[in-house]
Amino acid sequence: MNIKNLLKVALKALNNNKMRCFLTMLGVIIGVGAVIAMLAIGQGSKNSIKAQISEMGSNMIMIFPGAENRGGVRQSSDDMQTLKPADYEAIVNQATTVAHITPSVTSAGQWINGNNNYPSQLQGVNSEFLEIRQRKVSQGEMFTEEDVKRAAKVAVIGKTLVDNLFPDGSNPVGKVVRFGSIPITIIGVLDEKGYNTMGQDQDNIALAPYTTVMKRVLATDYLQGMQASAIDEEQTQATIAEITDILRTQHKLKETDPDNFTIRSMQELAEMISTTSSMMTVLLAAVAGISLLVGGIGIMNIMIVSVTERTREIGLRMSIGARGKDIMMQFLIEAIIISVTGGILGILLGAFTTWMIYAIAHWPVVIEASSVVLSFVVCTVIGIIFGFYPAAKASNLDPIEAIRYE
Amino acid sequence: MQKEIIKIEKLKRYFKVGDETVKALRGISFTIYEGEFVTIMGTSGSGKSTLLNTLGCLDTPTAGDYYLDGINVRGMGKNERARIRNRKIGFIFQNYNLLPKTTALENVELPLLYNSAVSAKERAVRAEKCLREVGLGDRLNHRSNQMSGGQQQRVAIARALVNNPVIILADEATGNLDTRTSFSILTLFQKLYREGKTIIFVTHNPEIAMYSSRNILLKDGRIVSDEYNNDIKSAEEVYNSLPVDND
Repeated sequence: MNIKNLLKVALKALNNNKMRCFLTMLGVIIGVGAVIAMLAIGQGSKNSIKAQISEMGSNMIMIFPGAENRGGVRQSSDDMQTLKPADYEAIVNQATTVAHITPSVTSAGQWINGNNNYPSQLQGVNSEFLEIRQRKVSQGEMFTEEDVKRAAKVAVIGKTLVDNLFPDGSNPVGKVVRFGSIPITIIGVLDEKGYNTMGQDQDNIALAPYTTVMKRVLATDYLQGMQASAIDEEQTQATIAEITDILRTQHKLKETDPDNFTIRSMQELAEMISTTSSMMTVLLAAVAGISLLVGGIGIMNIMIVSVTERTREIGLRMSIGARGKDIMMQFLIEAIIISVTGGILGILLGAFTTWMIYAIAHWPVVIEASSVVLSFVVCTVIGIIFGFYPAAKASNLDPIEAIRYE
Repeated sequence: MQKEIIKIEKLKRYFKVGDETVKALRGISFTIYEGEFVTIMGTSGSGKSTLLNTLGCLDTPTAGDYYLDGINVRGMGKNERARIRNRKIGFIFQNYNLLPKTTALENVELPLLYNSAVSAKERAVRAEKCLREVGLGDRLNHRSNQMSGGQQQRVAIARALVNNPVIILADEATGNLDTRTSFSILTLFQKLYREGKTIIFVTHNPEIAMYSSRNILLKDGRIVSDEYNNDIKSAEEVYNSLPVDND
């Protein structure tokens, strides 16, 4: 029998049992719908994390003092005094693959402006910080190299601080406020960025020359870290290697000594986060996949019932010339029609569910073509696998017995 | 010399049931020529069902040879036998075996579906012709469950004719029908016989032998008698003499 006739025969048989056929399909529809929706949620959140990280600068490199662990004891990097301004200068002078670099020292404290005060911090950096973190000054100006040299008491602050220190909406640029007991002149306001993926308020920020923070606030000779950006995102690893070499030479470490500093790249962080989110996606899809599997078992169940119920029909078909192969194909195609139609409806249901999730919960969702294709292929395969046993059972019937089956 | 349609020689069929061997056919030989209307009779257990299955290429003999239209069927594989059933044999069963919820036309087309040499258009033409032949020209698109037993059996006969078989095998074809309908079906068989079709009609009802041209009687797996009937009674006359049931 050719494929056209097989399809006709199969469709006719399914048409004779519409309700049963639909209920069997429902298992596949829900399974595929769930897989599509779960993958859409997973992919959506992954994409939004990726977008936010690259907004923060995906070629960013962070340098912390101290090794991650020393003699088995993990330590806070703030307590370790291995990075000095000289190290920063060495990198500036020697490194070829570093686009921008800034020292970083941070002090926590209370910002005070007249009656208003707000707990925050003051981050000591140089002007290249803006390029590394991809920030802009929206009002006023950034401090200059000259300010860094003079350890000038100036700062650029973020929107959150502006709102809390100047609730009346007056222009903060040029105003003198206090950080703890130190008077500081506001010379600029940073653009608004909102919260990042980790839930940090990126506008709760105040930048001052690092020399100011070191000398006038913390009174320290050591840096708490450095932030840099590689020339090319692809070459982040090479840049890390270069910085490692410079710092090891600077610190006069022997071949056998471990690094007394730690370098992290934003790429690593991005990979870590996306690994976590991938795992979550896989987990969700696996749970949804189980329901698809259950749908497949439903197909097998109903096909076995159908074969038993139609034993006489099979016997008749065989006695008028159907080969085992013809019978097998007939039942296999019925199973595949159920699973593939279920798959297509499931994809539509999944798309609709995804749209609902987006419309109601505003979660970031992305339906990828690959997940649609995957679901479709899985459905066909499920139809073949779970249809095979009943179809083989049908094709192996003895026509003499089958035709007299009551 | 007429054409030999079926020739069996020393046909044996043994079944193993547990440790016992059941000898259903113990060496049967006969030749059926083109245009004969043969009834094969016997009580249950006489081996007539086994013989029918063998003649219908559904079963293979344990020993002996079977030639259908000059082709030796013994030693054929499953698929080859399926093909020969499709091209050379027309089956008619006691319980009609029509596909449920399917029209008369579609039922009759069925054997041709398994013959890829026949186009969809030709299928429909041939099926319609056969249905007209059995007197169902006005019921082409009736579904099997909308028809009476007699009509269903006529559809089954049309289905057996559609592939132009060399032999029509009927298994108790009137067994489920009332007397009057039985005779109308028998009349149809006699019409086919007059048109030159070769028919084997297996039954346990001795009455039917009077309407066929030859009668083979089986008992315990052997042929007891094989006689030609020189005085074939007309089933049509009996049919016409029976009162029409108007209850």
